[in-house]
Amino acid sequence: MLAAAAALLLAAAGTVGAGRDALREELLLTPLPAGDVAATFQFRTRWDADLQRGAVSHYRLFPKALGQLVAALGVRELHLALTQGFWRTQAWGQLPLQAPAGAELWVWFQPTVTDVDKAWKELSNILSGIFCASLNFIDSTNTVTPTASFKPLGLANGTDHNLLRYAVLPREVVCTENLTPWKKLLPCGSKAGLAVLLKAERLFHSSYHSQAVHIRPICRDASCLAVSWELRQTLTVVFDTFSSGQGKKDWSLFKMFSRTLTDACPLASQSKVYVDISPKNKEKELLEVTPPPASVHEAIVQGDRRTYAVYDLLSPSLFNTSRSLNVQLKWKRPQDSSLREWIWAADWRDQHSHLQHTPISGLPCDPAGDCAVVSAALCAHSDYHHEGEGKQAKTAEAGAPTPWEMSRQCEIAQGSPGATDASLWLGYIHYQPAQDRRRPHLLEMLIQLPANSVTKITIQFERALLKWTEYPPDPNHGFYVSSSVLSALVPSVIAMKDMDVEQSPLFTSLFPSLDGSSYFVRLYTEPLLVNLPTPDFSMPYNVICLTCTVVAVCYGSFYNLLTRTFHVEEPSRGGLAKRLANVIRKFRGVPPL
Amino acid sequence: MAAPLVLVVLVAVTVRAVLYRSTLAAFISERVEVASPLNAWKRVVEGLALLDLGVSPYSGAIFHETPLIIYLFHFVIEYAELVFMFKKQKLLIELDKYAPDVAELIRTPMEMHYIPLKVALFYLLNPYTVMSCVAKSTCAINNTVIAFFILATIKGSAFLSAVFLALATYQSLYPLTLFAPALLYLLQRQFIPIKLKSKSFWLYTMQYAALYLCSLVVIICLSFFLLNSWDFIPSVYGFILSVPDLTPNIGLFWYFFAEMFEHFSLFFVCVFQINVFFYTIPLAIKLKEHPVFFMFVQIAIISIFKSYPTVGDIALYMAFLPVWNHLYRFLRNIFILSCVLIVCSLLFPVLWHLWIYAGSANSNFYYAITLTFNIGQILLISDYFYAFLRREYYLTHGLHLTRQDGTEAMLVLK
Repeated sequence: MLAAAAALLLAAAGTVGAGRDALREELLLTPLPAGDVAATFQFRTRWDADLQRGAVSHYRLFPKALGQLVAALGVRELHLALTQGFWRTQAWGQLPLQAPAGAELWVWFQPTVTDVDKAWKELSNILSGIFCASLNFIDSTNTVTPTASFKPLGLANGTDHNLLRYAVLPREVVCTENLTPWKKLLPCGSKAGLAVLLKAERLFHSSYHSQAVHIRPICRDASCLAVSWELRQTLTVVFDTFSSGQGKKDWSLFKMFSRTLTDACPLASQSKVYVDISPKNKEKELLEVTPPPASVHEAIVQGDRRTYAVYDLLSPSLFNTSRSLNVQLKWKRPQDSSLREWIWAADWRDQHSHLQHTPISGLPCDPAGDCAVVSAALCAHSDYHHEGEGKQAKTAEAGAPTPWEMSRQCEIAQGSPGATDASLWLGYIHYQPAQDRRRPHLLEMLIQLPANSVTKITIQFERALLKWTEYPPDPNHGFYVSSSVLSALVPSVIAMKDMDVEQSPLFTSLFPSLDGSSYFVRLYTEPLLVNLPTPDFSMPYNVICLTCTVVAVCYGSFYNLLTRTFHVEEPSRGGLAKRLANVIRKFRGVPPL
Repeated sequence: MAAPLVLVVLVAVTVRAVLYRSTLAAFISERVEVASPLNAWKRVVEGLALLDLGVSPYSGAIFHETPLIIYLFHFVIEYAELVFMFKKQKLLIELDKYAPDVAELIRTPMEMHYIPLKVALFYLLNPYTVMSCVAKSTCAINNTVIAFFILATIKGSAFLSAVFLALATYQSLYPLTLFAPALLYLLQRQFIPIKLKSKSFWLYTMQYAALYLCSLVVIICLSFFLLNSWDFIPSVYGFILSVPDLTPNIGLFWYFFAEMFEHFSLFFVCVFQINVFFYTIPLAIKLKEHPVFFMFVQIAIISIFKSYPTVGDIALYMAFLPVWNHLYRFLRNIFILSCVLIVCSLLFPVLWHLWIYAGSANSNFYYAITLTFNIGQILLISDYFYAFLRREYYLTHGLHLTRQDGTEAMLVLK
């Protein structure tokens, strides 16, 4: 009896010592204006243990690979995103968590780390192994230390920017090889819960695919006396159901993923599917979600009031009627082409105050050396309701890392306001010029955008000729310039209440909001592909020979003139060659030799 | 004499002013033949902008000018065009006064009278100079300093000559080799014979060397105090010597190092840099009685073999060609060489366009023209050298040579 009690106590102590962990999983389905559907999966594991202090040896829901990484290398925050495709903000609206094309890794280290560069190098190599991505190409030539953007998203105790490292590999391609280890980190794998929908052949048959891992420390409770670690794995995919669905705007889980949901992950404490059924202006009466949702949730996301239909996979009533859940969206009226154009024209953007980035794909490029890169055209529309209240200026931070191969010349920030006559206000500029073969360019600017204006930032650069060994394989493909980053705090028209992270949906609690009056948004521009002039790779020996010949011509001429003197030439007879030459010369009429 | 000179100046200034205002100005300042990473105006502006931002201009790999230039342009940036136009003017005025006082038997005073005008004409109206000026390349400043140095040497002022030589060396490293011809000229002027055992020779050499080194040290320390760091030394001199930037230009280095195996890179950099400097001693031994010609050949060698040559450098030594026009009758290949130089200059932009714009040529085409152009220049200089030596022979041995049996003789180099 006593032994049993002791065993129970030990077991209880063991569980408490290991820390509680909880998994929440969520799928957000958002129909996009142009007929596409965006599906965002989020898997959040929260672990009430302190990875930094004390050797944690028992891992339950939190993956051991990442936990050991955080503990061993002194990582405070880690954000890794692998993206394929480009998020078309103009057509699709804003995505809460955007990522640049390729691989993006940014990490805050703990202040206890002494050699940040060494830890960064080790970290990128280990992550490259975990995710089967070529992150080992991250080195000093594509790593920057931003000073103004990329503030910590989790708990932070002072921000020394030397502890931050940011790198982007725009050339990185995302494929099944990266999805599989990502899925392995989930507690349920891809066997139960929402992760059963993640089938590679459907996921990569999409317009946009982004998978990310975010690790950050958060407060354990409201008093914030202890630290918990949060791991969020997000996957966003955009399906073009319009073109693949025989011209109908209907979509369903089965059509998108070729699977339906059968149950929730047994290890999850919460498992929900949210469908965005916010009434857009003219579409209110047309859409219908089946099966009918058990509840409806209203949230304020990015300054907008949105309505979501909620399906709770853990509630027993969901699977009463059928064994599987296939969320479908149906049109109530038959569609014709005029409807589609009408939906295109319904420019819902105009009604809301927001920050929008317009990527310019065609370059006004003077093909010789300089390209004027329009890296961001920022439109700040004034709010429809608040027109009379004067200008609303939005503050945006633009960061632009550029590889050293392009030596950046003059940076010209031009503001071309529309109606008003406001000049561009540049608060803070941080410019770190590149060093050849060692460090890329970094330009960070704090800009205040006047309302009702379009601001264009143009950066001129020159293309350099590199040594022939420095070109990547397939050099005529070009060099990628990674995306510029735009981070902004956008004033929100609708006051957002402070919400409890544990109760609100995951997609609303990604970025910490300091107050309810503004929300944080981060946009990325398109990556740029620049064709650098290439030398002829077959010519090294020939070039050495020819150039040395020219130098030898000079040396030879000068040697002759310096070491020889003029003499009157004494005639000498004889020699067959000379006599033959004289014969020919006699025919030519030239004096003989 | 003054009137034609003024006319020439007016024409030159007009040409430059017209070009500044036209659309060609932007096109010319982008040309790689005219603006190199060392002296492009865009980089000066970039360096000034960095300085205003509080970042050291040498922290990146963009700016490779010396600190004195930064401060000079800090004040005159608004009037940059005027500065460049009048730099050229000054240059011509100095060349104006440059009258070689080498007494020739064959030359008439009448010929010599017109030489300064011809030099001014050659320099001011040379398309290379005009393009260099319109592109606002700091090559003009280099040329001015070297012209001042030549003027000071000819006038016999050792102090001024040392100061200007120090400035020229500080600006771009290679005028260091002009120390030898200047020293020889000044010794000649003081009638000190050049014998290794002579005490007065060593005394004068030490004096001149001390003047030169002291002014160089003063200028470098001044630069240090201007920017409070020694950053400029690796950025300027390290850049000139180690050739990291491989932007195509009219020289031989860029493609050579673009196609170099990494293993041999250091070796060949050293070889190429030594190549500029090592002609000095042999030329000094051969031409110790003719220091002015020695200076000319030395300037030409620097312009051809320096690490980032531009057409502005070539214009400098070509401006001296009228001084030696009495050698015309002894030049052997002048026609073909001038054709080569003209045709190559015309082909440079064409092949650049084909390589970069049209994509139908590749880098080998531009490289080939570079090679041909440099061969043309080298043969031009050696042709002038040959003509000079041959004339010297005739001066001492008479113009009509006969052999022992009385027939017309041929002169060979053996």
